[in-house]
Amino acid sequence: MATIFGINLFALSGQLLVGLINGSFYALLSLGLAIIFGLLKIINFAQGAMYMLGAFFAWMALNYMGINYWWALILVPLAVGLLAILMERFLVRPIANEDHLYSLLLTFGIALVLQGLFTHIYGSSGLPYQIPAELKGGTKLPFMYLPNYRAWIIVSSLVVCFSTWWVIEKTKLGAYLRAGTENPQLMQGFGINVPLITTLTFGFGVALAAFAGVLAAPVYSVSPEMGSNILIVVFAIVVIGGMGSIGGAILTGLMMGVVEGLTKFFYPEASTTVIFLFMVIVLLVKPAGLFGKEA
Amino acid sequence: MMKMKKLYLFLILLALVAPAVVYPVFLMKLLCFALFACAFNLLLGFVGLLSFGHAVFLGTGGYITGYLMLNTGLTPELGVLAGTVGAGLLGAVYGKLAVKREGIYFAMVTLALAQLAFFFYLQAPFTGGEDGLQGVPRGELFGLIDLNDNFAMYYFVLAIFIFGFWLVHRTVHSPFGQILKAIRENEPRAVSLGYNVNDYKWVAFIISSALAGLAGSTKTLVFQLASLTDVHWHMSGEVVLMTLLGGMGTIFGPLVGAGVVISIQNMLSGGELGNYIHIIMGIIFIVCVLAFRSGIVGEFQKLVKKNFG
Repeated sequence: MATIFGINLFALSGQLLVGLINGSFYALLSLGLAIIFGLLKIINFAQGAMYMLGAFFAWMALNYMGINYWWALILVPLAVGLLAILMERFLVRPIANEDHLYSLLLTFGIALVLQGLFTHIYGSSGLPYQIPAELKGGTKLPFMYLPNYRAWIIVSSLVVCFSTWWVIEKTKLGAYLRAGTENPQLMQGFGINVPLITTLTFGFGVALAAFAGVLAAPVYSVSPEMGSNILIVVFAIVVIGGMGSIGGAILTGLMMGVVEGLTKFFYPEASTTVIFLFMVIVLLVKPAGLFGKEA
Repeated sequence: MMKMKKLYLFLILLALVAPAVVYPVFLMKLLCFALFACAFNLLLGFVGLLSFGHAVFLGTGGYITGYLMLNTGLTPELGVLAGTVGAGLLGAVYGKLAVKREGIYFAMVTLALAQLAFFFYLQAPFTGGEDGLQGVPRGELFGLIDLNDNFAMYYFVLAIFIFGFWLVHRTVHSPFGQILKAIRENEPRAVSLGYNVNDYKWVAFIISSALAGLAGSTKTLVFQLASLTDVHWHMSGEVVLMTLLGGMGTIFGPLVGAGVVISIQNMLSGGELGNYIHIIMGIIFIVCVLAFRSGIVGEFQKLVKKNFG
């Protein structure tokens, strides 16, 4: 067994891998929150429920309609994104001009309804979802065993995160988005349909959560609680990173996943609380967040 | 003003005779949650701060009281006092951190801090983990009055509630409360007038968390139980709902909201609709936000103003 300074490298790299996987989910979820916050200035409390919905839709698609994992990976985010577009248009937009705390409460209500609905239908114990046949098995590396599916989670979510970053920071569409974040009135004055962009942005932000949900289905059991548990952690991550920067949201998500993984190895008792403690430290040292712009 | 005095007198009389008609344990539950909602409303309604982790103070008060009553021979009034002080101290720490951020961030920070405490209580040896602290003795008030009698307990709870309600009322109508409202209405202006806004928010946060702890301590004595349910984010959501539904920023709103929510829960629990409880709560949230933002008391006040004002 490979050890350095008495540290079991197998176990350490195993926990690091788990940390990176969790970090991938954190990154996808906080990226979605940050994109939505940029244009709408609201926090979508239903983001966790949408992640849960993604996992459940994948399960339902497979068991009721025979739609396999790969199709689900494309279709489910589209379906959930469409649902989010309806939600934005008919529930969120009517109160867009009120205090933003109301939209937080509104999306909290939506999250409660969705979670309650799925608990009622499927119970809270969780449903299994098979790893797709193409990704079964694993690769033996010199210091650890790497299951293929886990590698796939990390690679695919990194690709999605960084393409999103690239689109927003480097393309014309992204320029519109950034302009809308800075000054929506002025952009509307240039003849750009801001409400449409806002709605689509909301849909895309939520679709990212649903994508994470489909990715998560084979590694975690599909359960109604999965969304709310992860969302509170993601909120802490958002406070740590600050929502001013898209790249910051991705990096903070990944970093916190790794921090959590390391804690699981060195001091497992604190693994559930370490991210919250990190948030406390950030609040004390740099209240605006690591990547925050405000004073 | 005379009218208000008469109204208060009438309500107190009503509360004094209520246990003759209604099951006292239900009334006590109602009063505990009403106090919790009043404490929460002090922040949301009068300072404009949405704390999404207020359950942590309810639960902390409950755990401290429960632990002391089980393990020391403390009398109940001292147990409740200890729970209140403990929750207030936690509120001082959490409040100091939370007031560093505003608006939506404030809500997220409080929620995350509450979750931190939740995981701590889940693992800590003195909370009984998933089982909680069971069989907490109610003890004898001042070593004289046996609180195992539900009627005696009820009047003790009523006295606590009236004290808490009075304190909120007093705070809101004091010069301090006026500054809180000024912060809610226009924070930059309050800053420009030379007020240290964060300190005012912080003190309000401490008062609110101590009162929430008082509610939790009392609740633990009533049900002889302190458990994780009281620290869970569901509970934080519930108190937001009670306040929103009753009417935030009104004196009686939290009382009415707590009454409605607790009654709905009581009606649904045990029945076949029990599974729908979270769905129904969620729907009430959505309807309130979309169509009913002033809450029951707020809408009622508007109606009175329109027709008789």
